[in-house]
Amino acid sequence: MRTPKLTALVMLAITSVTSLHAQETVAITGGTIYPVTGPRIENGTIILSNGVITAMGANVAIPAGARRIDANGKWITPGLVAPVSSLGVVEVGAVTDTRDGSSRSTNGIAAAFRVWDAINPNAMSLPVARQDGGITTVGVMPSGGMVAGLGAVIDLRSGVTADAMLRKTPAAMVATLDNAAAAQSGSRAEALAKLRTLLRDAREFNLARVRYDAGNMRELVASRADLEAMQLVLRGTIPLVVNADRASEILNVIALGKEFGIRVVINSGAEAWQVGAQLAAAKVPVMTGAMNNIPEGFSALGQRQENLGLLRAAGVQVAIVGNGAGGEDNFNIRNLRYEAGNAVAYGMSWDDALRAITLSPAEILGVGDRVGSLSVGKVANVVVWSGDPFEYATQPLHVFVGGSDTKVMTRQEMLTQRYRTLPVKY
Amino acid sequence: MRQFLVLLCLAAPALQAQSTGTAAVPGRSPSSPGSGALSLPNADPFPSTYRVPTSRPVLITNATILTAAGPQIDRGYVLMRDGKIVSVGSGAAPTAGDAEVIDANGRYVTPGLIDTHSHMGAGAAPGGQALSDINEATNPSTARVWVEHSVWPQDAQFPRVLAGGVTTLQILPGSANLVGGRSVVLKVVPSVSVQGMKFPGSKYGLKMACGENPKRVYAARSPSTRMGNVAGYRAVWIGAEAYRRRWDKWLADRSGEPPARDLENETLADVLRGNILVQNHCYRADEMLQMIDIAKEFGYTIRSFHHGVEAYKLADVMARENISGSLWSDWGGFKMEAIDGIRANLALVHNAGARAIVPSDDASGAQRLNQDASKARAAGAAVGITIDDATLIKWVTLNPAWAMDLQDRIGSLEPGKNADVVLWSANPFSVYARPDRVWIDGAPRLDRADPRQAWRTDFELGYVPAASTQTGGRR
Repeated sequence: MRTPKLTALVMLAITSVTSLHAQETVAITGGTIYPVTGPRIENGTIILSNGVITAMGANVAIPAGARRIDANGKWITPGLVAPVSSLGVVEVGAVTDTRDGSSRSTNGIAAAFRVWDAINPNAMSLPVARQDGGITTVGVMPSGGMVAGLGAVIDLRSGVTADAMLRKTPAAMVATLDNAAAAQSGSRAEALAKLRTLLRDAREFNLARVRYDAGNMRELVASRADLEAMQLVLRGTIPLVVNADRASEILNVIALGKEFGIRVVINSGAEAWQVGAQLAAAKVPVMTGAMNNIPEGFSALGQRQENLGLLRAAGVQVAIVGNGAGGEDNFNIRNLRYEAGNAVAYGMSWDDALRAITLSPAEILGVGDRVGSLSVGKVANVVVWSGDPFEYATQPLHVFVGGSDTKVMTRQEMLTQRYRTLPVKY
Repeated sequence: MRQFLVLLCLAAPALQAQSTGTAAVPGRSPSSPGSGALSLPNADPFPSTYRVPTSRPVLITNATILTAAGPQIDRGYVLMRDGKIVSVGSGAAPTAGDAEVIDANGRYVTPGLIDTHSHMGAGAAPGGQALSDINEATNPSTARVWVEHSVWPQDAQFPRVLAGGVTTLQILPGSANLVGGRSVVLKVVPSVSVQGMKFPGSKYGLKMACGENPKRVYAARSPSTRMGNVAGYRAVWIGAEAYRRRWDKWLADRSGEPPARDLENETLADVLRGNILVQNHCYRADEMLQMIDIAKEFGYTIRSFHHGVEAYKLADVMARENISGSLWSDWGGFKMEAIDGIRANLALVHNAGARAIVPSDDASGAQRLNQDASKARAAGAAVGITIDDATLIKWVTLNPAWAMDLQDRIGSLEPGKNADVVLWSANPFSVYARPDRVWIDGAPRLDRADPRQAWRTDFELGYVPAASTQTGGRR
């Protein structure tokens, strides 16, 4: 019997451990530390060495030769984690040549599409997200069609290749329901049926590879590469992130997860608050925002800013993604922290909101063991803030990624400096 | 004689800008449709039917007040009666026996917020082709269309922006066309008709658009280039100028048959007469500078540049020419003409002496104009520009009022002005602040503590769960 083997590289779920972390030892002293996984530490010290957190607490010895950062009066949190973005794969949305976030699938199925192969480490938004937003880790997710493909998790390290930024590939399979047109279907039901058929065919393919390769099998709904990619979902290696808004469609996704024994995550989830109990019971996480209450379509009539707070109250794991307007998946992903602040204004606890932009998205994308909270042994993704990170007046003062707080001048800063005094001198 | 005055008026605004900073059009009372407009056969065919509701006087005490007309007032009071602000000050509040007295307990009071860039009602929720009424994208110039004829008062977006403290909206046509049509100023109030929302006596605006949008939409004909855009504007104004002259001559001597009416040119001629304010969508600095030249060639003024992601490159010129900037706090990057967007844009424009305005262009963003202002201020602070709360509030109140020439009626808390007032749960520039109460013309329009009173549009009935309307729980 032939053992199912994943031959293509695309199929390997890699958690990359790079060796390029900063070697410097840094001691951040005197600040209030918000570890996410424990109570806050007043006047705490955190030691970063060789790219990881080596010590943290109220009484920590500072290693000789460590660079000291006085964080007295400052707030210290894990680097923020934005689970859904097009960072590095879309530069200028309206310029086709800079858009690499979507595949051109023939039937709305592009499961084997690896979006991270197109990541441009020189993209202008990367340092902006890090330095303005305090974001150190993002999910780079494909979009378009019914099954958009495979997404990755990257750390926003400066001055390295795209490969060296990868933290986890693949991290998720992205799909869209609730949108018949995207699925090239005539009905929400047809789209759901198509996704179900894909999962069935992928399962059948896996059990009958010999017959399949011998050409002795009925026609399946997707290509060999796509069927292969779906094995990661079927085996539970990565979650199926499903864009869905209408409450009834979210219930469909929960049912789909049960039917195939796969991990599903709801993204967007405008009406998720209406089915919080079911989501909690099925342990299905939701990624949504707090800055949109517009009944934008007949799938999102119940959209409200209290969504996150209500879902938490129901016991659902939540992560925050920007759902307002203005490029919150790329140019303005830096605004993630304000989304968290608004979630608090609309009923979520501050601690839960911080978790929803740090550990919770990291866990959903399978990297919670390495990033998303502050504890000894974790990757040194750390932000020193001038105050409450959710407030507009607050700025990130130091953003460490893998122990390095390298700051580059962003294109926006270059422009600002050039035109700070008018008339301009070129 | 009147002709001369009109010409003088057209040449004057730059001077007025330098001397007073407020360019009221001479000879117009606020409630009349405009001296130039009166010369037309039908100056106000869709008159406002809005009436100030009768309401109990309100006295807010013990408040932190950002008046937009002076320094912050701590532990102050605001008294409103018969739709107007009666008094604002610190110390002992006046006696107002019949008034509802609200102890703000240190909470903040500001004027109602004003959004200069909205498509609400014309691009109504839940969207889709059936409710897509923003762009009459059938001709590069559609000065003949009036966006008020697209506004659906049952758009569920209206009550949501009210809950964000917005009391006045300028609704603009879209940017598909070189000349998109007339804008309209609305009060954020429930009404069966758009006339019932129209701000009485407000001027119309004219939406114009530069750059990528028109040349993309009309690429198959003309314009298909930026030079085609400019030729398009100039052709339009040449026609309008001739039309204005014909009509003004006939109105002066009333001899013979009047010239034929033309809706396109009626609007454009009233721009040339100074009765309609130009609201110019434009991203790039070089194009804005060209638009200023075009305005000078034909003798009109630009009241506000909208979007203006590169406004910081010509902020000194905007100050000199008295052009305000209705600028996003940080949108950019989504198309070539937006790639130079920077967060310090508003602060740099303010710092150069031009009027900075935070608009939305978005029904979600419109609920947080205060937050966007706060974000833009922080970017200014990062480059050494300090702006206090009392100044910053103008970006979302008095400055947008000026962009619509309503600065004498709304936009600040001063005796005699309309009582458009917001009571906030905290400092409005905090991410955690939310409007607790909103009044328009002294009439209570929102009370967050009483969700049962919340305005629900017809569309929402049945379709939108009641719990998801605007109020939510207190923090």
